Amino acid sequence: MSNTASKSGNKARTIDIVYAGLRKRKAAERRFQLYGKLAIGLGLLFLSLLFGSIVANGYTAFVQTYMQIEVYIDPDRIDPEGKREVKELSRADYGGLVKATLRDMFPEVQSRREKRQLYRLVSTGASYQIREQVLQNPDLIGQKISLWVPADDEIDMLMKGHIDRKSAEEDRRVKDNQIAWVDRLLSEGRIEKRFNTIFFTAGDSRDPELAGIWGAASGSFFTLIVTLLLSFPIGVAAAVYLEEFAPRNKFTDLIEVNINNLAAVPSIVFGLLGLAVFINFFGMPRSAPIVGGLVLTLMTLPTIIIASRAALKSVPPSIREAALGIGASPMQTVIYHVLPLAMPGMLTGTIIGMAQALGESAPLLMIGMVAFIVDIPQGAFDPSTVLPVQIYLWADSPERAFVERTSAAIMVLLGFLITMNALAVMLRKRFERRW
Amino acid sequence: MQLSILVIVLLALSSMAFYMGKKRAFQVAQGKIRNLHSLPAYYGLYTAIWCGIPALIIFGVWIAFEPALITHLVDLRAAADHYLDLVSTSHAALTIVVLSLAIGAGAFTLTRIRAQQRARNTVESILTAILIFCSSVAILTTLGIVLSVLFESIRFFQEIPISSFLFGLEWSPQTAIREDQVGSSGAFGAVPLFAGTMLISFIAMLVAVPIGLLSAIYLSEYSGPKFRAIAKPLLEILAGIPTVVYGFFAALIVAPAIRDAGGFIGLDVASESALAAGLVMGIMIIPFVSSLSDDVINAVPQSMRDGAYGLGATQAETIRKVIFPAALPGIVGGVLLAVSRAIGETMIVVMAAGLSANLTANPLEAVTTVTVQIVTLLTGDQEFDSAKTLAAFALGLMLFVTTLVLNVIALHVVRKYREQYE
Repeated sequence: MSNTASKSGNKARTIDIVYAGLRKRKAAERRFQLYGKLAIGLGLLFLSLLFGSIVANGYTAFVQTYMQIEVYIDPDRIDPEGKREVKELSRADYGGLVKATLRDMFPEVQSRREKRQLYRLVSTGASYQIREQVLQNPDLIGQKISLWVPADDEIDMLMKGHIDRKSAEEDRRVKDNQIAWVDRLLSEGRIEKRFNTIFFTAGDSRDPELAGIWGAASGSFFTLIVTLLLSFPIGVAAAVYLEEFAPRNKFTDLIEVNINNLAAVPSIVFGLLGLAVFINFFGMPRSAPIVGGLVLTLMTLPTIIIASRAALKSVPPSIREAALGIGASPMQTVIYHVLPLAMPGMLTGTIIGMAQALGESAPLLMIGMVAFIVDIPQGAFDPSTVLPVQIYLWADSPERAFVERTSAAIMVLLGFLITMNALAVMLRKRFERRW
Repeated sequence: MQLSILVIVLLALSSMAFYMGKKRAFQVAQGKIRNLHSLPAYYGLYTAIWCGIPALIIFGVWIAFEPALITHLVDLRAAADHYLDLVSTSHAALTIVVLSLAIGAGAFTLTRIRAQQRARNTVESILTAILIFCSSVAILTTLGIVLSVLFESIRFFQEIPISSFLFGLEWSPQTAIREDQVGSSGAFGAVPLFAGTMLISFIAMLVAVPIGLLSAIYLSEYSGPKFRAIAKPLLEILAGIPTVVYGFFAALIVAPAIRDAGGFIGLDVASESALAAGLVMGIMIIPFVSSLSDDVINAVPQSMRDGAYGLGATQAETIRKVIFPAALPGIVGGVLLAVSRAIGETMIVVMAAGLSANLTANPLEAVTTVTVQIVTLLTGDQEFDSAKTLAAFALGLMLFVTTLVLNVIALHVVRKYREQYE
């Protein structure tokens, strides 16, 4: 090329070609860097979209609309014989009381259709609330008490602005006359939004305004306890054997191959294992945290073993040699000198494994932890569900109010996960030693 | 609850045995530790092990096989009372056996303690045996998976020929309860499921591979340490988010958005389109691809970069023409691992993909996957012998084998590649 350039007698051409090429190559360089930046930007965009949409959907679930009603505990209705027997009192028609109260509040409502709409302002939980109060204190019978009861989920949605008041009436779940009643109550100060304690203290329910995460959270807690009690000792023992004692032979190789493969087996396959072995073969109870814990143990073991082995590897051989040199047996060396030094790393790995287990739901679907369970589980043998599965169940429910509760439950779950991971990072930072 | 008390009693007995053994060792040594072969605590441990472990083993085996055995003994629901009776008898017998064994073995060991006994060696070899048992749990798990899935699959293939499962084009697992029932042919052709799984995984890879790879390249080759320290953990958060959250995100936000966008440009998009599930699954896999590629790219020796720079290549040219080809086998291995994860992913597709088995390559239609069908076939109460439930295990076997093969190949490729530069 330089020949052609010099032949034509134009000296600047060579360098022009070089510059032109250089410009192109520099542009290509910039483009390539831009692709990289774009990729990272996209990843971060997805992340913020995910968090943003969940927070935007869910933050309203932390408050709930309550309605003030004045209930006259009519003795004729709940205790016509006046015996004050607990059995009679707990069976009485409290729903009727609530309805009568609502009729008294809005005497102008006459037609049967309108009445039914009126009754739908208040949650069915209101009658339980009255029942509890009466059972606690039978002297209330015959008195008028003022109560704040949860509003129905549709009214809650209206108050939170999720239902468009301007849309045509037949498109709305809340009808015009209901809106008018709500507005009247609002002007009387009988409706307000309060912190949603039900969400944090109740079990599951078909009514969104009465559904809470406490049952699922306790199920998760028992499941994780079982997982931790089994996977931590077994995982550490396996890691100690493989790293410190195992001779190099076919058996050890087999174990290593197995651990590596188990780490990549789809989680749902562990669920099939749990169903076939623990439930059908050993006859363990369905839906129980004990079975869930066993399945999750098998699933998290590879994570814990791999992390624990890395921690053991990072303890320098001089520690072992010093211990052996003063007459400790190999087992004593490991137990008294190597394990304590490797413990922070092992704990970090265990916490990360537990975080994985907390977020896992697919294998638990297989062993029946998807049942609709209202009662709060009291132990590892009670039927229960876990937080991620509760999220799955609520996500399937058609009611609009469950969308925000699902998002709120996700926020709680993510909160737990972030705390656990932050704890792992802190542990690593605090105890990390460079030898 | 009675049984948990038994366990606590056993543990208490063992710790009592520990102290008695220790005391006994002092006695035998006439108060001088140097007369003993091992430290006194080892004699205590020795006694405690003999007191506790055999009893605990018996306890475990008893509990594990009791329900199955008793159900065998009782006639079909003939007597619930009889059943409860047997259970309480069994528990009483268990309590007696276990406690007498613990006390007997503990007391016997206690009387046998001698000064020159090699207590430490015995305790340590028992500990080693426990360690070996713990590490073989991994083998037992694999064995359990293979056996449980295989046995049920064999029973399934006895009812449905294997060829019609592997090559059949129609999937409708509802078997007819009545003769004249509509829409329940009981066809078990798995091809639409495999196709659906492949389609969604392919879409996921289309999202995850470019984004993951490019961000790994940028983070390891271009970015300064400060940016890297922030961006890398942020991207890795994506890997820590539970899959059920992705499923919710896909079903509630992404799928409607895609449907609306499709409607805007005049396309008919199913509300449970493969595109939504695949897209979100791709987001989930981004950190997986990027961290694996990051490892591989960092393993390429610096000398190769220096050589390319010395020849006058720009950084982008070096990456494209030198580093990428050198890292390619490792990247391929990482992508294979990511594919196997996409195939086995459950919650996203359960929540965002459809249930009806369509044999289509159109990402805008609803497809179903292997994992979705396993979940739908097995959730809820069903009899365990119908072809419907057994089909889930056959699908599980397919899933297990596919992911296993992918993983073995991927791990092999990655290891080969690492050796090349080490």
